[in-house]
Amino acid sequence: MKKLLYSKKVAPYVFVLPFVITVLLFWIYPIANGVLLSFQDVLKKEWVGFKNYERLMTDKIFLKSVYNSVRYMVGTLVLLIPFPMLFASLLNSKLMKKPGFFKSIYFLPALTSVVVAGTIFRLIFGEMGTSLANQVIGIFGMEPIKWLKNEWTGYFALLCIACWRWTGVNILYFLAGLQSIPGDIYEAASIDGASKWQQFTKISFPLLKPTTVYVLTISIYAGLSMFLESFMLWKGNNSPQNIGLTIVGYLYRQGIEKRALGYACAVGLVLLVVVMVINLIQLKATGTFDKEER
Amino acid sequence: MKKRLIAVMLCVAMMASLLVGCKSGSEGSGDDKDSSGSAGSNTMEVEGDYTELEVWTFIELHQEFYTNMAEKWNEANPDKQVKLTLSNMQYDDMHNKLSLALESGEGAPDVVDIELGKFPAFMVGDVELMDLTESIAPYKDTTVESRLDIYSKDGSRYGLPTHVGATVAFYNTELLEGAGIDYTQIKTWDEFKAAGVKYYEATGKYFACVETFANWMINLMLVQKGGDYLDGDGNLDLTNDTLVEVLQYIKDMQDTGAFATVPGGQPDNEEAYPSYNSGDYAVQIMPFWQTSRFTSYMTDLEGDVAIAPAPVWKDGDVKSIGGGGTGTAVVKTSENADLAAEVFAFIKLSEEANKEVWNVLGFDPVNTAVWEDEELTKNPDNKFVQFFNTYPFDTLNEIKDSIAALDTLSNEKWPSINNELVTTTLNNIYENGMPVKEALEESQQTLENEFN
Repeated sequence: MKKLLYSKKVAPYVFVLPFVITVLLFWIYPIANGVLLSFQDVLKKEWVGFKNYERLMTDKIFLKSVYNSVRYMVGTLVLLIPFPMLFASLLNSKLMKKPGFFKSIYFLPALTSVVVAGTIFRLIFGEMGTSLANQVIGIFGMEPIKWLKNEWTGYFALLCIACWRWTGVNILYFLAGLQSIPGDIYEAASIDGASKWQQFTKISFPLLKPTTVYVLTISIYAGLSMFLESFMLWKGNNSPQNIGLTIVGYLYRQGIEKRALGYACAVGLVLLVVVMVINLIQLKATGTFDKEER
Repeated sequence: MKKRLIAVMLCVAMMASLLVGCKSGSEGSGDDKDSSGSAGSNTMEVEGDYTELEVWTFIELHQEFYTNMAEKWNEANPDKQVKLTLSNMQYDDMHNKLSLALESGEGAPDVVDIELGKFPAFMVGDVELMDLTESIAPYKDTTVESRLDIYSKDGSRYGLPTHVGATVAFYNTELLEGAGIDYTQIKTWDEFKAAGVKYYEATGKYFACVETFANWMINLMLVQKGGDYLDGDGNLDLTNDTLVEVLQYIKDMQDTGAFATVPGGQPDNEEAYPSYNSGDYAVQIMPFWQTSRFTSYMTDLEGDVAIAPAPVWKDGDVKSIGGGGTGTAVVKTSENADLAAEVFAFIKLSEEANKEVWNVLGFDPVNTAVWEDEELTKNPDNKFVQFFNTYPFDTLNEIKDSIAALDTLSNEKWPSINNELVTTTLNNIYENGMPVKEALEESQQTLENEFN
């Protein structure tokens, strides 16, 4: 026994064993089981071949949910990478007064529960003239809008939650990245006469690339797998004309609400494949793999 | 120093979010079909020998009701005493948990309340609920049969009904009188519509709502015309002429300006209650159980609301249909399923139970003999009698022999049809102005894909 534990060949495997077991038990097994279930009608306990997948391809609501999720993801990428990067640079620069205060303020929303935030945002975007959003647009002389009943206003509300909640978190990532850039590079640049903007585009931006790639990767996944925000904003999974239905929302509707677990597994696997493909393309394009090879 | 400030602020924020989190947890969401409820568990006190039964509900009021009735059962049957452990959960949570428990074969309760809209989902494949036909037998003659049928499959009955849910009209008489409208003169939908126009011209306020998130009024109108969502063979048929006619009629109502969509999409919704409470809308066509929403959420209307039969298309049409409902079911694999079935048939269908349904819950009991017990239905101490300015049961007795049912409600396809209607079809028509026929065709296609 002692010999075994002290053996240089065996010991490493013993050390990684807890991790391997965890992965097998909580990742590989459920995924494999999910694949099997996606070829079944779970309620009738029979194998149905590719029927679930065939249905998916012609299922308009599913396609709508994919469209919604992708649109949301793109929206969050456009808003939640450039702006936090800019804000982080501002916070990091010496021009900023009391950066600690602003850091905390930006980070506050990330600490609140999505359930609470979603409920409050639902009230803000209520359709009555007295809701906050309608009062605000009322100042500009606009008529009240049924925010959560129209496609684009609903999308706007979702993006509002996302920005409110995640800007601070992304700022933190970028701040960490910025602070790891040595100050003498900036010093050298300013001696050579580079403006602040040039310093940002020529030094900060390229050197932030690892951080940007990381934020991009998690944002793509987070965007495509969003569920709770929509669930809370529309108080349930059934939004008018499914304007708030996401892929995970559809999975939940089919698997839990309609008890079609086999079909829901098929939905889940499609989500997995879509996320994998997008992330692989993106990681390849940003050259993340090349670095490892070198 | 700065770090310390940040640390303090973060702590404060965390505490705040924790506290806010607690609050929302204990409130419970009100998004359910049959009154709101929050999580909570109660156990009865029983002396002597007893069998324990676990009961899941999604309406907190039901707990008290079941406990009272179980005590009566124990008194009458000391050899077969039961001890109920009641857990109340939020509407969606409870049904989802039940679904998972039955799926995995573990953790299901002995007895469970299932809402009508969810019931057909539990009738698919091998039914995991117990056939209650035998337990119902002693009470069958005194119970409205159509309410038993909605929880049936292939001639077997799986659910014990709570109420009839007869669809009636709730008129805000104070507002209507102000506009010179006598609600007792409204007999047909045409008169209903005309009264709406008159009211709107006089007050500038809406008469009644156009539903987008439910179909209480639509179903009534449809059944009165002999229509349905399925054809005779049980195939999906959303584009049938009758349904188009009904939805078009409502569309015409909306076009007069007197009828409009309501926040929340239907009268039984937390966003809609204030609209009625403040008098923005004067009339509701709703199942009878809406009474309990008036006493709980529209309290400013006390003394202003009359209950009357809903309009019809022409003489001889059915006057009402049953809407909504909760079927209490027994889980087949429960160790004490037989006893549970016997006890709950007593708890829900016996005469005493029917009286309690009115006294405690304010619903229209399924034993219509109770409807004629004036001591009960006109009891001046009853809060529902006090709230409305007509005797609720006068209306019920008037329509008693003409309460039909929409059979499709117990069809396996109904949950999906309903889901499509309230998320897409009705919104397309009444919010986005899509032509009725086109909207129905689109939904027909979507659903066909699902059923294929």
